[in-house]
Amino acid sequence: MKKTKAITGLAALTLMAGLFAGCSSNNNADNAAGTNAGNNGAGTAATAAPEGDGAKDLKGNITVITQRTDIVDTVFKDYAAKFNEQYPNVKVNFEALSTYEDQIKIRMSTNDYGDVLLLPTSVAIKDLPDFFEPLGQKAELEQQYTGLEERSVDGIAYGIPITVNYSGIIYNKQVFKDAGITEVPRTIEQFMTALQSIKDKTDAVPLYTNYAAGWTLTQWEAVLATVAGNRDYVNIAQVASDDNFVQGQPHYDLYKVMYDAAKNGLIEEDPTTTDWESSKADLANGKIGTMVLGSWAIGQVKGLATNPDDVGFMPFPTNAEKVLVPLADDYNLGISIHSKNKEAARAWVDWFINESGYPTTEGGGMSPVKGAELPEILKQFDGTEVTFDTLAPAKEGEEGWVDAIDKEAEIGLWQPDFKKVIIEAAIGNRKDSYDDIMKDLNDKWKAARAKVTAAQ
Amino acid sequence: MERVSNLSYKNQRILIILLFSLVPVVLLLTFSYLPVIKMFQYSFTSWDGFSKNMEYVGFDNYKTIFTRPEYFAVFKVSLYYFFATFVQMGLALYFATILSFNVRLKNWFKGILFFPTLLNGVAIGFIFLFFFKPEGTLNTLLDLAGLGAWQQKWLLNPHLINISLAFASVWRYMGMNFIIFLGAISSIGSDIYEASEIDGANRWHQFRHIILPSIKRILQLNLILAVSGAIGVFEIPYVMTGGSNGSSTFVIQTVDVAFKYSKLGLASAMAVVLLGIVIIVTILQRVLIKEEK
Repeated sequence: MKKTKAITGLAALTLMAGLFAGCSSNNNADNAAGTNAGNNGAGTAATAAPEGDGAKDLKGNITVITQRTDIVDTVFKDYAAKFNEQYPNVKVNFEALSTYEDQIKIRMSTNDYGDVLLLPTSVAIKDLPDFFEPLGQKAELEQQYTGLEERSVDGIAYGIPITVNYSGIIYNKQVFKDAGITEVPRTIEQFMTALQSIKDKTDAVPLYTNYAAGWTLTQWEAVLATVAGNRDYVNIAQVASDDNFVQGQPHYDLYKVMYDAAKNGLIEEDPTTTDWESSKADLANGKIGTMVLGSWAIGQVKGLATNPDDVGFMPFPTNAEKVLVPLADDYNLGISIHSKNKEAARAWVDWFINESGYPTTEGGGMSPVKGAELPEILKQFDGTEVTFDTLAPAKEGEEGWVDAIDKEAEIGLWQPDFKKVIIEAAIGNRKDSYDDIMKDLNDKWKAARAKVTAAQ
Repeated sequence: MERVSNLSYKNQRILIILLFSLVPVVLLLTFSYLPVIKMFQYSFTSWDGFSKNMEYVGFDNYKTIFTRPEYFAVFKVSLYYFFATFVQMGLALYFATILSFNVRLKNWFKGILFFPTLLNGVAIGFIFLFFFKPEGTLNTLLDLAGLGAWQQKWLLNPHLINISLAFASVWRYMGMNFIIFLGAISSIGSDIYEASEIDGANRWHQFRHIILPSIKRILQLNLILAVSGAIGVFEIPYVMTGGSNGSSTFVIQTVDVAFKYSKLGLASAMAVVLLGIVIIVTILQRVLIKEEK
């Protein structure tokens, strides 16, 4: 009796062991392949794809990792087919990650993270050379592309933006019309009045925060330059100041809009249970008046609208003298330093940026290629006081300081946390006033700034 | 050539035992102990989780944690889950006792109660997100029951949010406690019940004097597990609210520090501190319960 039990137990154990052993041996195989593929990336010379006849001879098998799970099996397949017309011997495989930023970070601790991939924004700029192949001298490539300064180290570019975004407010024109707003609000005061009249005269939510999704709140940070009215503010003036969050500074004014809107009941009824996907449809169909977002969302919202012409874009309101809509990189496309087919990978990068059409169609922004045509929705701003411009890069030797101070202070300029606190305070869930929150942020900024500037 | 069958029976047995234990032990070392050792190592660095160079900073991370009270303020939230633990255990024990007797549809009820344990925590988070929405299930049900006046914004109200989340947590984990209790209660021989019935004991007497003493060990075990679970609450608040509106817990904070602010060293130190707290609480519980005897 006892023996039978032991045998059964043993059998069960064997089965389990077999199962696990199966898994682990697979992993080992993967790891081994990864290690073999690796090199130390000692060379800093850029990889260039051959042109003309060389293209026919270019052979290889490359893996492209993308964040677009929605179109990886459709549009990207078409891209690959078109790419193969020029480079018949390069086989392109795609891999789409649903939470790109998190997953790729973990992958990058191994050597196996594809050939062409997007540069994660959370990698410190100075660490890029450890992971990515140099694409060329920034000064040279700049003749051809915009937005390179965001992911360059020591004058060498490591990525090219897949599209250039502009940020502001996406609004529903019909809701504005119903609320009796004839002119697009330009100043913060006008904007608040507009929100109020949407609340009074229509059933729409004037300003939808998408508090629950969290990341949507970070879109506000992108319009900082508009509030400042100055392209130097974000990367230069900000790091030079100890008083980044005091009254009169752009950050203070920017988030005051959020606070006031929440306080006056101009946001959704219960922000804690909002849903991003349905908010897009609601904006498209007039249940929401405005949302602060980047240009990449315009296409998605229009796609859900019964009347796409209702969806409009306007710059974030500002009290500054001129209206500046900041242009900023979407993800940058780069090449893994461990890639075995760097030339083929480079061919894909060049083709994708220049010829696929992705930047303006699927990407929804502007092409990073200099001299490319402006998207349709922006033509309305031709001849107005609205200007579109990239942010001025940080001063030499101060690259990445904003990020370093931000992380050191745990402020989270590009994280939802303090925006959530602002909304919670505005709707009365917290005792702190807006000034308390700003003071706390400013204290953190000041302390961290002292630490970061001293360390450099 | 040496053959296995040439070995004595005893040695064959040792060989087989060693070979079979090798796999689980290796797995255990690779996936449990090595990461913990690494965690201790990281906790002394200012590593960002990414960079190729790791700077050793000594006890700086620990100093940071213990000099900043806001890191510990979130343990207040754990209290909600701590109290919920007792509700959870009480309910589990109640159902386990009832279902250990002969009841109609016994297995069906068992299935219903155990079912939430099988679900993925993320799925449960989403289910309850809909459940607590202003126009969601809970408020609709209240309305149907004629209790419309009791409708609440369950996740918006700062006084209710943690209770709502703790409720979801109770729903999720009760099934596990329940099944363990049920197993323990089933091991009590039926002759004891029969004897007690002859002596005139009612159901309450049976519970108080037979069931409770018999499952005391299991009760302790469940309590220890539940309390250390309450200290390390993570997935339900993380999925449902992301720790906003005052529902953040220590583990959520640790994850934020590690992945939002890229301070993996500091986060590792926080994890070590949490590990320490759990160990202390467990020891404390064992000591206190022993004294009761």
